[in-house]
Amino acid sequence: MSGGRIRRLVVGDAQADRVVPPSGFTAQLTLFVAAAMAFLAVFALALSLASGRLADRWADELARAATLRINAPADQRAAQTQAALTVLQQTPGVASARALTADEQAALLAPWFGAELPLDSLPVPQLIEVLETESGYDETGLRLRLQAEVPGAVLDDHSRWRKPLVDAARSLRRLGLFSILLIGGAMAGMITLAANAALAANAQVIEVLRLVGAQDSYIAHAFVRRFTLRALVGCGVGVVFGMIGVWLMPAASQEGGFLTGLGFVGWGWLMPLAIPVLGALVAFVATSRAAKKRLGALT
Amino acid sequence: MIELDNVGYNYGGGELLTNVSAQLSPGSFHFLTGPSGAGKTTLLKLCYGALSPTSGRVRAFNMDVKGLDRNQMALLRRRIGVVHQDCRFLDHLPVKENIALPLTVAGKDLSQEQDNLQELLNWVGLSERAHANPPELSGGERQRAALARAVILSPEVIIADEPTGNVDWEMSQRLLQLLVELNRMGKTILVATHDLALIRAAKNQVQTRVLRISEKRLQLAGADL
Ligand SMILES: Nc1ncnc2c1ncn2[C@@H]1O[C@H](COP(=O)(O)OP(=O)(O)OP(=O)(O)O)[C@@H](O)[C@H]1O
Ligand SMILES: [Mg+2]
Repeated sequence: MSGGRIRRLVVGDAQADRVVPPSGFTAQLTLFVAAAMAFLAVFALALSLASGRLADRWADELARAATLRINAPADQRAAQTQAALTVLQQTPGVASARALTADEQAALLAPWFGAELPLDSLPVPQLIEVLETESGYDETGLRLRLQAEVPGAVLDDHSRWRKPLVDAARSLRRLGLFSILLIGGAMAGMITLAANAALAANAQVIEVLRLVGAQDSYIAHAFVRRFTLRALVGCGVGVVFGMIGVWLMPAASQEGGFLTGLGFVGWGWLMPLAIPVLGALVAFVATSRAAKKRLGALT
Repeated sequence: MIELDNVGYNYGGGELLTNVSAQLSPGSFHFLTGPSGAGKTTLLKLCYGALSPTSGRVRAFNMDVKGLDRNQMALLRRRIGVVHQDCRFLDHLPVKENIALPLTVAGKDLSQEQDNLQELLNWVGLSERAHANPPELSGGERQRAALARAVILSPEVIIADEPTGNVDWEMSQRLLQLLVELNRMGKTILVATHDLALIRAAKNQVQTRVLRISEKRLQLAGADL
């Protein structure tokens, strides 16, 4: 598409615009559909961006963490913990290993047993937090060595229970992106229908235009321009409302977890602005195709 | 300008026209007459390319009309001004813009054509009605508006189908006057009509030839008019 054509599409030609009568219901239909679809697209976009962030964070931060549990009688617990820490420090691929303090352990259990837990008098296993390096450690080798040297140690690799969560977040992101595609497709379908209705309603007008020597490209352009601008305006309105909706959602917080994180972050706020442009593009292509087909069939 | 060479046409049923040959030379004035349903409108449509012949050949400006694609056809329409039997307009636009429509669709800048447009409106006597919408026009006004629209691009050929179909005698004289003036400017004119009085009136002013469709064929009518 040349610069001249884009200019003509946006600025238009006041006289050429008047040759097609303003049509009531197809105009309103297009505006409404564009606005509704853009509104939905904003949420789908927010969803997929948020789940993408979540998937990345979980995958990144947690993937490199594991927990070592020492189940030992109270008198051996300290010795075994020390032995395990030594083994871990000697294992290539372990970035750091740290025994949780009693307070930290109490904090972890507090949600279940309350804060005043007499941890000392209970046979609670000692926990060691293990962080991997980029390359990771040899899990089987570590397990074998621990078995031999620290009988009470159990290695809990987080990835076992974390993987389904990361997968879920990733598929949520895919679902969001797929929804945007579906929304675009549905919009293209609706606008094609509306354009066809407008072309059919204006069959007489098209006939007169042809009688006075209008070329098909001229006639098509009159319709394409209208629908493209309507889609642009409709999508713009939908995006504004959608963004207000997202903005009004509660801010991300620890308690709310995923749901409250459903928003845009930083530059992400600019991404919905692409929706009206894409919507206009969809309308342009849909109407051009409808007009070409329709005008080709009319003789 | 326009040549018909052994043209035959049917709408899918029986033959409507057979072996029609004719030549419209530049600057000529032709009438086409014949009973209703004889095929006058059909023959005109063949001349300006709205229909293509089932047999034979139609040439306009030395181009075979059959071989033209849509764009070339649109360009041909700009060289032949047509006043249709049921002169159709864009009802949502005022008369003036309807008359200017051929300019608009040809991408001309209307602001530079205002003088021409005003002159044309005066010429057909519609300056008072320039801002009315077509449905508000009388039959005669519609015909004059259609004629103005047909000539605005200064076509070499003007084809009019029953331009005096539903107007009184006085108005038909006025329309004839306009056509005669165009012919005197050098335009090639072809008018379909069943109004013999109109043809007689024209014969007093310009040199005309009268073609008649009779029994599917085209004949040159003699002095029997
Ligand atoms: N699109 C069409 N399809 C089928 N038949 C048609 C079509 N148009 C015209 N006809 C038939 O062809 C014949 C000639 O029609 P045409 O309009 O050329 O006649 P005409 O001489 O112009 O008549 P009038 O003086 O009433 O205007 C008529 O019998 C008409 O019914
Ligand atoms: Mg007729």
